Amino acid sequence: MARKTWLSPRRRSVVAALTAFAAVALTACGGGASDTVGGSGADGSGGTLNLYAYAVPKPGFDKVVVEFNKTEQGKGVVVNGAYGASGDQSRKVKDGAAADIVNFSVEPDITRLVDAGLVDESWNADATKGIPFGSVVAIVVRKGNPKGIKDWDDLLKPGIEVVTPNPFSSGSAKWNLLAPYAAKSEGGKNPQAGLDYLSQLVSKEHVKVQPKSGREATETFLQGTGDVLLSYENEAIFSERNGDPIEHIVPPVTFKIENPVAVLKSSKNQEKAVAFRDFLYTAEGQKAWASAGFRPVDPQVAADFGSDFPTPQKLWTIADLGGWQTVDKELFTPNTGSVAVIYDKATR
Amino acid sequence: MVTESSTAGIGSTPAPGDTKDTGPRGNWSWLRVTGSVGPLGIATAVLWLSIIVLLPLAALTVASFDEGWSGFWNAVTAPAALDSLRITVLVSVVVAVINVVMGTLIAWVLVRDDFPGKGIVNGLIDLPFALPTIVASIVLLSLYGPQSPIDIHLNATQPGLIVALAFVTLPFVVRSVQPVLIEADREVEQAALSLGADNWTTFRRIVLPTLGPAIISGGGLAFARAIGEYGSVVLIGGAIPRETEMASQYIQKQIEIDRPLNAAAVSVALLAISFASLLVLRLLAERSVRKEQESR
Repeated sequence: MARKTWLSPRRRSVVAALTAFAAVALTACGGGASDTVGGSGADGSGGTLNLYAYAVPKPGFDKVVVEFNKTEQGKGVVVNGAYGASGDQSRKVKDGAAADIVNFSVEPDITRLVDAGLVDESWNADATKGIPFGSVVAIVVRKGNPKGIKDWDDLLKPGIEVVTPNPFSSGSAKWNLLAPYAAKSEGGKNPQAGLDYLSQLVSKEHVKVQPKSGREATETFLQGTGDVLLSYENEAIFSERNGDPIEHIVPPVTFKIENPVAVLKSSKNQEKAVAFRDFLYTAEGQKAWASAGFRPVDPQVAADFGSDFPTPQKLWTIADLGGWQTVDKELFTPNTGSVAVIYDKATR
Repeated sequence: MVTESSTAGIGSTPAPGDTKDTGPRGNWSWLRVTGSVGPLGIATAVLWLSIIVLLPLAALTVASFDEGWSGFWNAVTAPAALDSLRITVLVSVVVAVINVVMGTLIAWVLVRDDFPGKGIVNGLIDLPFALPTIVASIVLLSLYGPQSPIDIHLNATQPGLIVALAFVTLPFVVRSVQPVLIEADREVEQAALSLGADNWTTFRRIVLPTLGPAIISGGGLAFARAIGEYGSVVLIGGAIPRETEMASQYIQKQIEIDRPLNAAAVSVALLAISFASLLVLRLLAERSVRKEQESR
């Protein structure tokens, strides 16, 4: 160590620390999974609501909460949203996460909480069955549709790689699999035809990745994996409006997605939680959902936004297949449900 | 590891059942407590270790045998689980080897050479280790991801995994070799050179034996860290089953799809691998220390 460096040891460590700090400051720009939605002058004076929701309705809630804060009831109410895979979120709440209001992708995720005594049994007894908004299953492709995908059969062409999440953690995945199942089985009249299609679809040739939620599936697709993404129409609309290089197709025969909302019995802020839930059904709430790309349940608002939401030739619903209880038991129960077995066999 | 000392320390008590006055190499000598801490200190250490390490590990192992041995075996030998373990070990071995070569080189440069900005480089070595691993993942994704500014796309590939793991395990070998290199006796090297050995021979016969234990332990730590790594690979790895899904990601997925048994079983398998690698490491280190002592 004969030669002197231009930095004394002490200055050296300062420089090193500064370099490290700069590097961290430059790279630290990832948002958390949980955040306050809206943030429009809500100061918490009206209390705080903890919302546990599935992965993709965040853009909708961001708009809805702003509108809610403008109302008498919702003044100063802060809504803390936590978003994740529907089944995963439902299990978290069941295991004791402090939620006031929940919004899952599929009804069985709420039923789990009803069985655990956390949600009132009459949560879906109202006219809209606890469903303030919904969507349809859409096929998302790269911009310009280079593979010429138009309908369900095109997904089985050799070498087409499809991105769809894992049905054991994601509600989105269940809808995505139900859509071609209903289309091929004529709404469940010929279950084998539907299952045959799914066996081919979830084979290693077409479905290679198993993202945990609808949002993660979108991210995976945007990062360059796969030729086709099965997704909620609202997720595709949101992504397109973001300027991502994709486009979506609503296939001629597809499936109606219905996303339920419920208030927890154990909510410490019951009154506000109920007010927030009820607001989702008002004209303002419905308009906010529609402008975020979700299909509203209010016929008047739906008519106003008709151009955004093309009507498919045939839209199967969960009721056509006998309701969620039947579908979940017959198709999605781990180890026994027919779709579950197919998926397990393909991904073992 | 309680080292044997021939003189019994203060507060050493004969172990229960130690009635015969056996010598230091007797039947029960391994039970004898030596040193200046005494049983209370050892009890505290064992209790703390139990609360922090042993009991949780035991609980996990019990959970993984919820459905008996066959349930455990099925969970671990599911093709996807086996593949994730295989990929994890394979990638970690490659990362450890890269670290051994590059880490030794970097340590060499930092100790033996002098150049402007050396202090900064020295400070930067620890940065990948100090960064939150998820940040490491974002950093690498922004450079090697789909929108790569230099047109290198490693997203969702095994090279991507290797780069991510090499990034977070960089300091291990460097920091374990550096002090040994600083202490190393340069006169021996000079003597070898003056006797006509070329650089490579000198390095192989003189330097490497000295650095060996440090390199092995650094490489082993890097390997152990790599097999359990989650945050750094979560974004760039892509988690493609059978291709780039690491065991840690497989475990996370099993939790998310509500199969805790599979998660626990694969966790135990992963622990066994870490444990075995650390054990091998210890044995190697002890052997080289013994050889070192014998050669003196």
